Amino acid sequence: MGFANTLRLALRALARNKMRSLLTMLGIIIGVGAVIATVSIGSGAEYLIQQGIQSMGTNAVFISSGSSRPGGLRMGSWAVKTLTMDDMNAVLREVPLIKEAAPMVVRRSQVVYQNANWSTTIQGTTPNYFPIRTWAANSGATFGDQEVDSAANVAVLGSTVAQYLFAGEDPVGKTIRIGTLPFQVIGVLESKGQSVMGTDQDDVIFAPYTTVQRKIAGITWIQFINASAVSPEASVAAVAQVRSLLRERHRVRPGEDEDFTVRTQSDVADLASATQRLMTMLLGSVASVSLLVGGIGIMNIMLVSVTERTREIGLRMAVGATEASVKNQFLIEAVTLSMAGGLIGIVAGVAGSAAISSLLAWPTLISAKSILAAAAFAAGVGVFFGYYPALKAAQLDPIEALRYE
Amino acid sequence: MTENPLNPLKAPVAAEAARADSRPVKTPGALAGAAPGPASSVDKAVIRLEGLHKTYHLGETEVFALRGVSLEIFAGEFVAVMGSSGSGKSTLMNILGCLDKPTRGHYFLEDVEVSGYSKAQLAGLRNRKIGFVFQQFNLLSRTSALENVELPTVYAGLPVEEREKRARESLALVGLADRAEHHPSQLSGGQQQRVAIARALVNRPSIVLADEPTGNLDSRTSVEIMDIFQKLNTDHGITVVLVTHEQDIAQYAKRIMEFRDGRMRRDVAVTGRLFASEVLPTLPTLEEENKEDNVQASPNLGNRS
Repeated sequence: MGFANTLRLALRALARNKMRSLLTMLGIIIGVGAVIATVSIGSGAEYLIQQGIQSMGTNAVFISSGSSRPGGLRMGSWAVKTLTMDDMNAVLREVPLIKEAAPMVVRRSQVVYQNANWSTTIQGTTPNYFPIRTWAANSGATFGDQEVDSAANVAVLGSTVAQYLFAGEDPVGKTIRIGTLPFQVIGVLESKGQSVMGTDQDDVIFAPYTTVQRKIAGITWIQFINASAVSPEASVAAVAQVRSLLRERHRVRPGEDEDFTVRTQSDVADLASATQRLMTMLLGSVASVSLLVGGIGIMNIMLVSVTERTREIGLRMAVGATEASVKNQFLIEAVTLSMAGGLIGIVAGVAGSAAISSLLAWPTLISAKSILAAAAFAAGVGVFFGYYPALKAAQLDPIEALRYE
Repeated sequence: MTENPLNPLKAPVAAEAARADSRPVKTPGALAGAAPGPASSVDKAVIRLEGLHKTYHLGETEVFALRGVSLEIFAGEFVAVMGSSGSGKSTLMNILGCLDKPTRGHYFLEDVEVSGYSKAQLAGLRNRKIGFVFQQFNLLSRTSALENVELPTVYAGLPVEEREKRARESLALVGLADRAEHHPSQLSGGQQQRVAIARALVNRPSIVLADEPTGNLDSRTSVEIMDIFQKLNTDHGITVVLVTHEQDIAQYAKRIMEFRDGRMRRDVAVTGRLFASEVLPTLPTLEEENKEDNVQASPNLGNRS
């Protein structure tokens, strides 16, 4: 008996029990729908992160002090004191693929204006940091080389800080206190909003790095270098060059761990994506457990169905059904159940993602891969969980089956 | 019904032979040589058993269900197999129907030895050569009469149009052409059994095996079913083997085989054969039976409504 015939038989048998078929499919529908929805939401999150990171410039290269590689006891980034302005200047001078670089010295401090106060990060840098980040002042101006050279007490506020300290008042020209030192506010930056990691990028005060180094932190080194390569394609080569230069300057012997880390924008993006992907996979695998449960549901119903239709099976065998055709019939019924469930689940998952997308303003990405995987998994569940009942049906003795009450 | 121009079945046996049916049939051994009329086609043994044994093992004990059965059934015959339970008649029917294999001995179906066939080969034989009619009808519920009748053609691999054509012809043969779209639950017990007979005929089998086909029916409907069997046998030359424990039902056959303890004890031509077409007018009709319902509870397959 041909496949088309068997399929027709299976469909007819399922149609005879519409309610039951639907309920049996429900497990698969929910499983497939949940997998597709979670994966699409996860992919959406990944997309958001990627977008955010791309917006920071695809040719960015980050150099931080300390090693952030796992294993052994490490002090963590920024804990070692070996990264200096000389390193940065050397990089600018000797690595032609690096176009620009700005240092970063970070301290957390309490900031006071009159009776308002706020705790925020003070970031010390050079004037070219702002164009690298494409970040401009909304009012006032950012500081120049002169303020850096003189380690002037000038501050450029992020919009959040301005909001908390000044509450609508124009901060430019006012004097605030950072720790114990008075600083003159010379500008307020335009709002950048939340970073992809969820932190408020506007909750920051920028000052010349020299000021932060000497007057606030009391250190001589820098913690971080924000560099940018001449092009996105050059960033990987730039990283290698920066690394070999810094190894040489820091006298890192071959095989020894570096006391710095160099990453490209895409490394950071990959890291963020990998984290997000792990999350997505975790959610997806939780959701796929329901696929498994759905499969068990199918097996259960198919076993019931075989018992219930024992006489039908006996009759079919009496009128010429071979063991193979009986087995195929039940197998195809199971696969049809799971595939139909899978298809409905795909529709439900896509619809669910669309609903989440529009309700929560969260981008969801439905990948063809996840749909294919869900469909294949559903079919696999059908075959796997349908095989045993089908075999049981095929192995019935027609004489016994016909006599079955 | 008998005038049905769509008759799909093998060319009716010569009318002369049909008329000869009313005569007492000789014992099988004699029949081969002495059959009357244009006999060569009639004389072909559809079924021949030689020293057939069937032994079951129930735990430690052996049950000898058949102990050396030899018989021949010829085309155009109408045989009633009788016997009490445990006589071996069910085992015999299972073997004749290729549902079971003999332990020992030979089974020739249309001169082909089938006792060594594989399960799949036997399934093919059941499909093409044998039509089953059961006591319980065994129709698929929630499935139209037409689709029920089509079932064997599906396994025969016939094209869809051919299936429906044959099923309709088969239904017409049992007088149910106008009930093709009805579901079993909408049919009376007698009609359901007629659907089952149509199903048995649809693949144009060599032989129809009916296992207590009237066991679930009231007496008038039983006679109606016997009428159909007699007409199929007489008018279309269909070979019928009928298992029954009712003597009056057996009287509609041409030949009776009686089984006891796994052996055939008696093999005789029916004397005083009954003809359903003559008996029916003498029976009270449905209305006369004071609305007694002839639709009996019939356990259909998977019927849970």
